[in-house]
Amino acid sequence: MSYLELLKFAAPDAVVTLTALVVLVIGVATSRATGVAGVSAAIPQKGTVGTATTTRFCALAAAFGILIAIGAVLLLPDRGTIAGGMLVISPLNSLFQIICLVLAFFTVLLAAREMPNYGEYLAILLFATIGLLLLVSSEELLMIFIGLELTGLSLYLMTAFDKTDSRSAEAGLKYFLFGSTASAFTLFGLSLIYGVSGTTSLAAIAQRLQEQGLSPLLFAGIAMTIVGFAFKIAAAPFHLWAPDTYQGAPVSSAAFIASGSKVASFLVLGKIVLIGFNPVHGSADWHAMVIGWSPLLAVLAAFSILIGNFVALVQTNLRRLLGYSAVAHAGYTLLGILAGGREGFAATLFYTTIYAFTLVGSFGVVALVRRETGGDGVKNFAGLYARSPLLAGCMAIFMLSLAGLPPLAGFFGKFYLFSTAFRAGANHGLLWLVALALFGSLISLYYYLVVLKVIFQTPAAETHPIPLFARNAPPRITILLAALLVLFLGIMPQFLVERIIVALP
Amino acid sequence: MIAWTIYITFAGAALLLFLPRHFARWIALMTTAATLIISLAAFCCRDLDLAHFTSIVRVPWVPNLGMNYHLAVDGISLALVLVTSITALSSVLFSWDVDERPNEFFFWLLLVVGGSFGVFLSADLFLLFVFYELIIVPKYFLIAIWGSTNKEYGAMKLTLYSFFGGALVFIGIIAAYVTAGSLDLNDLGQFYFSAQLQSWAFPVLFLGFAILAGIWPFHTWAPTGHVAAPTAGSMLLAGIVMKLGGYGGLRVAMNLFPQGFQLWSRCMAILAVIGIVYAAAVALRQRDLKFVIGYSSVSHMGFVLLGLAAANALSVSGAVLQMFSHGVIGALLFAVAGRMIYRRTHTRDLEQLSLLELNRALPFAAFVFVIASAASMGIPGFSGFAAEITILIGTWKTYPLAVWMTGAGMVLVAAFTLRALKRSFFESGQVVGGSGGQLLDVGSKRVVTATTSTSVQATLASTERPIELEPITVAEKCGAGLLMLATITIGVYPKLLLDRIIPAVESMRFLKP
Repeated sequence: MSYLELLKFAAPDAVVTLTALVVLVIGVATSRATGVAGVSAAIPQKGTVGTATTTRFCALAAAFGILIAIGAVLLLPDRGTIAGGMLVISPLNSLFQIICLVLAFFTVLLAAREMPNYGEYLAILLFATIGLLLLVSSEELLMIFIGLELTGLSLYLMTAFDKTDSRSAEAGLKYFLFGSTASAFTLFGLSLIYGVSGTTSLAAIAQRLQEQGLSPLLFAGIAMTIVGFAFKIAAAPFHLWAPDTYQGAPVSSAAFIASGSKVASFLVLGKIVLIGFNPVHGSADWHAMVIGWSPLLAVLAAFSILIGNFVALVQTNLRRLLGYSAVAHAGYTLLGILAGGREGFAATLFYTTIYAFTLVGSFGVVALVRRETGGDGVKNFAGLYARSPLLAGCMAIFMLSLAGLPPLAGFFGKFYLFSTAFRAGANHGLLWLVALALFGSLISLYYYLVVLKVIFQTPAAETHPIPLFARNAPPRITILLAALLVLFLGIMPQFLVERIIVALP
Repeated sequence: MIAWTIYITFAGAALLLFLPRHFARWIALMTTAATLIISLAAFCCRDLDLAHFTSIVRVPWVPNLGMNYHLAVDGISLALVLVTSITALSSVLFSWDVDERPNEFFFWLLLVVGGSFGVFLSADLFLLFVFYELIIVPKYFLIAIWGSTNKEYGAMKLTLYSFFGGALVFIGIIAAYVTAGSLDLNDLGQFYFSAQLQSWAFPVLFLGFAILAGIWPFHTWAPTGHVAAPTAGSMLLAGIVMKLGGYGGLRVAMNLFPQGFQLWSRCMAILAVIGIVYAAAVALRQRDLKFVIGYSSVSHMGFVLLGLAAANALSVSGAVLQMFSHGVIGALLFAVAGRMIYRRTHTRDLEQLSLLELNRALPFAAFVFVIASAASMGIPGFSGFAAEITILIGTWKTYPLAVWMTGAGMVLVAAFTLRALKRSFFESGQVVGGSGGQLLDVGSKRVVTATTSTSVQATLASTERPIELEPITVAEKCGAGLLMLATITIGVYPKLLLDRIIPAVESMRFLKP
């Protein structure tokens, strides 16, 4: 394989890498030039933020680079493999590369002018995006681990990036400690699997496992791998980092962790268990549990649904509430993987995608409200309706979509997920999880409605309107686009469902 | 053509978001009037095949999963679309005085109405479920923002009950979908589900719908919800939303799972009778006029469930007629209690109302309330009588004992209705007193209420003349007139509806021979 061919196949990743370097250079160069000489970057001041034009230039470069990368993905050949599955080009991988890039684009817009050292922040964001691209397009354990680590390390930095806020540092530290422990587990699990099967390519592993069947050693390997991913998707009981990170991290980082990282993790988890571990599926049916990975995931899903929803009931900080609701949603989404097969995987991918867009939008609203009122507690949203009907309407769309009400995307997503889970297994064996998930949705409706009640009913402390486009337009564009997308995918789900089903092998 | 009721309603709702507030009520009025005209035109139109669930629109929606945008109509749907549009129009007329955020108010109101049209006309199970769930949140906002007594509690309770019912319906729906591989109601109506599936899927699905129809013991959302809701909200809840449950039970649960229905029909009948008698008995002890009407709704919906449980053509047709009838009567009762009385006197407490001599202060309201009460009690000549007698005759063949007990329940209905009527309108101080000593007692009570309560009553205490209340507006008269016209027309000539309902019912497959 020539380098030219390699470059052709890895063009999107290369474009994002180049963009990240360019943004980094611009950021560092201009902050040196405009910053007061001798001021250390460790002591952030208003002066070191750089001028408005610089930040705008950084954001423009990053956004532009991402758009080019999307174009590069579109230009990729239909199918192709590099180095035995290190990088695989397939319609599914391309589709999710695009989705991850779009999420990164939205995050760049959200992050506009949020913090000092803006160029560095964007560069790290782009590095995380490269990690996601690798993660999405690989079908090989080593590469998957590299993607996980690259994403993880960038996200730890992004979480701790707000040096003025001790919560951000706390969140970063927690995320890092939990994350690196989980990575260690994953790596150990992967090495055990390699030991048992003698290969790192998913398809080859499936073949070996078909011959060997389930041994205790292999089960330990599978369990440890799943622990790592459970951490990534914030499934209970590996969710402890999520509420703190969602609450403490800079808003755009939280949005990216909740959206891009989650989509890619679900895709890879689905690939690993549905392709690689397919022979040792086991069964999570209530009347016929068989050991394998599916009882494990079923227990994770059940815990996530219960813990996420019940703990979210008592939250007073909206970001923390979203964190616990993310745990619950991870539980719902796992139902599709448990259902297995093309249908189940498609349902999972659909749900995690729309969930990602919903969360990017809601974090956008949180960011604006935080800027206006100085906090992100639920009470800070009081009277948002009077101050900005459009923002309130968008927030209503996001919350109701999360609760799973029509005509929003969340409703269709849940219908799709639960109906595939219901179908799977002999004699509706997953009914217990479906019933649990419906019960969880019922609980969740309560806390989403409480947020909406505060927004629409409680009078505001301040009444001056939040201008819509006066200043700082990019985050608002993100919010509007996300809201329109959630509404559109709720009314015309065919648009995404068809693409996912066609792309699935 | 009748599909346009859905589109017009949602278009009106969308329009409300963009136009200034002065236009809000007019847009709502025009939208609902247009839907009424359309449904009346469809009602008079002779070309429609009302005996079968005839498709009118069918467009692929999510072909990968077998979902279609598929609307159909038969006599049952048509009758319920008609009552929806009548109730919707009158509820807009009775909300003419909404000044707080009118755009939003009518927006949510039209969403409830449009969603209900959608449920009644859907021929695709998923589409039906979309519309069914669509109305949950508008109800919440209508009550939580514009409601009165204990509104947040009532709104949340109503919403969670609805959503819980929706979750049960969801399980039933995916059970049918996954087994038969289709979502088309007509196809599913032909499909043979295994007896084992039917035996558990039917109760889940039916209970899910029946929660919204106020089945005992899951009826408790109804009184609190009705009381907390603004006038138009109670009218929609009683007039339309409770019908969605009855309709869903009939169209989906019973028609899809006839064997399961056979198995469980006795339980349904028992719950229905308990509901009728229990709710009537509870209504007899209420102090709040809206609570009385709220429990009367539960009691009347019990008749619907009883008619469905008896499962012969006559009783089921009676149940559909009762849905129509109660839609109109319930809306009328809530309109009087919520708009005509409560908005003017700021009280619904029967003890306080009995001191106000409302029959002299609001003669028109008294007139309407008498009509509505008579219709609600089942006096011949009103739709309530026609519907309930049809149900009872039909049920007699299957469950004679239930008819006897329901007869006792009807006495209770008459009792609480007359009590509410007398306390609220026709009780002057002299009548209560009888002897001099008690008259004095009543007088002192008046002074107490005057010091603690509103200024309206203060004027009352000082003069013996009927208190001055804002006169009944034209909008209220139109709304009340429309509803009274509907109940009397059907009461005098029920054949008008029954002719369209009975053939449709006869084509369903669960009927007992």
